[in-house]
Amino acid sequence: MIELEQLLILSAILFIIGVAGFITRRNVIIMFMSVELMLNAANVALVGFAYHFARMEAQLIALFVMALAAAEVAVGLAIIVTVFRNKKTVNVDDLNILKW
Amino acid sequence: MEPLAENYQLLRWIVLAPLAGSAAIALFGHRLPRRLTGILACSAVGISFLIGVAGFVKLKALSGQPGRETAFLADTLYRWISVGSLKVDAAFVLDRLSAVMVLVVSGVSFLIHVYSIGYMAHDKSYWRYFSYLNLFVFFMLLLVSADNIGLMFVGWEGVGLCSYLLIGFWFEDMEKATAGKKAFIVNRIGDFGFLLAIILIFSNLGTLDFYGIAEQAPRVLVSGSALATAIALLLFLGATGKSAQIPLYVWLPDAMAGPTPVSALIHAATMVTAGVYMIVRLNVLYLLAPFAMGVVASVGVLTAIYAASIGLVQNDIKKVLAYSTISQLGYMFLAVGVGAFSAGIFHLMTHAFFKALLFLGAGCVIHSMSGDQDIRNMGGLREKLPATYWTFLIATLTIAGIPPLSGFFSKDEILWMAFSSARGHWLLWFVAFAAAGLTAFYMFRLLFLTFFGTCRAEQKVQAHIHESPPVMTVPLVVLAVLAVLGGFVGIPEALGGGNNFHHWLSPVLAGENGTLASEAPRHYPHSVEYLLIVLSVAVALCGYFTARWFYISKPETARSLAGRMPITYQLLGNKYYIDEIYNIFIVQPVKLVSTYILWKIFDQRVIDGLVNLTGRSVRVLGKLAARLQTGYAQAYAVTFILGVALVLGALLW
Repeated sequence: MIELEQLLILSAILFIIGVAGFITRRNVIIMFMSVELMLNAANVALVGFAYHFARMEAQLIALFVMALAAAEVAVGLAIIVTVFRNKKTVNVDDLNILKW
Repeated sequence: MEPLAENYQLLRWIVLAPLAGSAAIALFGHRLPRRLTGILACSAVGISFLIGVAGFVKLKALSGQPGRETAFLADTLYRWISVGSLKVDAAFVLDRLSAVMVLVVSGVSFLIHVYSIGYMAHDKSYWRYFSYLNLFVFFMLLLVSADNIGLMFVGWEGVGLCSYLLIGFWFEDMEKATAGKKAFIVNRIGDFGFLLAIILIFSNLGTLDFYGIAEQAPRVLVSGSALATAIALLLFLGATGKSAQIPLYVWLPDAMAGPTPVSALIHAATMVTAGVYMIVRLNVLYLLAPFAMGVVASVGVLTAIYAASIGLVQNDIKKVLAYSTISQLGYMFLAVGVGAFSAGIFHLMTHAFFKALLFLGAGCVIHSMSGDQDIRNMGGLREKLPATYWTFLIATLTIAGIPPLSGFFSKDEILWMAFSSARGHWLLWFVAFAAAGLTAFYMFRLLFLTFFGTCRAEQKVQAHIHESPPVMTVPLVVLAVLAVLGGFVGIPEALGGGNNFHHWLSPVLAGENGTLASEAPRHYPHSVEYLLIVLSVAVALCGYFTARWFYISKPETARSLAGRMPITYQLLGNKYYIDEIYNIFIVQPVKLVSTYILWKIFDQRVIDGLVNLTGRSVRVLGKLAARLQTGYAQAYAVTFILGVALVLGALLW
């Protein structure tokens, strides 16, 4: 029997890995994957709650998050491809023109 | 004793009619035909006068009943200011004092408006002139009919503004524009004193209402205390500015740059007497400050003789009359300074008649001389300008104090009170008496040089000399009649009259109301009064004969006398160099301080520095804050996470 706490700890670990990946890696693709990791950490927590409280709503939200993540990936990857075409790089430190 | 007020709704139209006239002319005057503009302006003032007469009749009936002498008509428009305990109403009052003032102001204004139709007929800014003139009458009537000192101050400032606008009416001429500015700035000094006095009155008496002041002042202020003296002296400072007394008289001679009817109306008959009216209105405060009254009387009498002595040698017809006005105003201040308030108002009234007449006569002369004002170029105008000559002659006799013209009665009343009142002194009387002699001399000099002898003007100017049209001469005749008859309302008891004017005013004047019984005049037998009357008539005749000898019989005497006393002549001719002294000791230091300290240091360094500092510090702060904006997405992410952590932490702990 899996306890809620274990699920939440897993979720937290996944989230922290996602945050750490997002702020340490310079490759935009990897950062993107980290974001996916954070989203799915949230999904794990949601599914865990649904299981524990025997409620359907949280599972529904998890499904929504997945759909949203898919949409986000579609847009995000398209942007990355365009950036690469223009800048010949996907290193985030070279993409710093958005400042005063 | 509760004053007895009766509501009288028409009262507001005395004040508002000229305002409506002014607004109408200002807005539509440039489209209206000239004739209509003039008629509009005159009828606006005429309405004021007619309502004033109606109010006067009503007031006479009302206050004629025994025990109701202090009754008055009142009309409140709305509450103008209400801040804390400061409450000022836009309210008008017609009591025995303001009734006299309203009638004199609106009556003389009406005549001068009519005269202006002729005098200004060819001016290109005809409508602007009448708009200003009506606006002036509005402010002047506001000043004299206000029921509190706050509203009076509005009128006080308003007449100053109109005076400025009308002195600089021909503003293309730099000199005239400067004269207007000078009048305005000198008046500001006086107004500053007036404003301080108003603040002192409010903070100590808690009211600005004239009746409230009259009620509170004797309770709150100690007679002769520093506070009462300070209030009275500050008010008097205001009066010296507006009424051209030493030391602030310097603007009035320059004010002659304005059109001559303006000089007649504003700078002779009405506005310059506002200071006298104000002191009489607040006589309660002055009676509590004997020292201030002494100052008023001394300044008045000094101004009277000082201005008269300058008037002796002036060659500009309007300048002579300007100094004469200053001198006559000095008489009025002498009167109120010795506590003879009704005598001051009496002289104010007769002076309004004869001085307006003199100025309007001078206007006719200048008109016929094609604008020349120098009496050395005139002469022999008697045949060519008969109506002007006769009315001018009457006015001259009146101001010189020849009985039984009005000036004789009013001036003699002042001389007598200066001698006999409890606050009077024979020295005050003597100086005023000497000034009366000088007055007679300079007025007859003016008359002889202008109207007698042979004409000294150029041929071209001489050919043009003509009598003015009836629209100008009729007001002269009306004023001449008033100047002759005006004195009969105040024939002193010693001459078998009832001194009605004094009895009319005395109920509304605390000092003459018996409330200060210790102030009863010293008693002299009638023979002393007769002697003084004979003396003052004699000195007037003396002035006449001297002037006649100098300027008709032996014209060379005047020149040889001037030649024998070059220093005196120079001193008088240059007005004691007061303008130059003020320039060196006041104007230039103020300019230097303004330029080198206030402008170059305070304005350019401190004020501009502060402004630039604000700008620079914002720029520096902005540069610092901009460094947060690195453009690195991950730096933003870290900030974001820290922020979330902070919020979470705050929520959890």
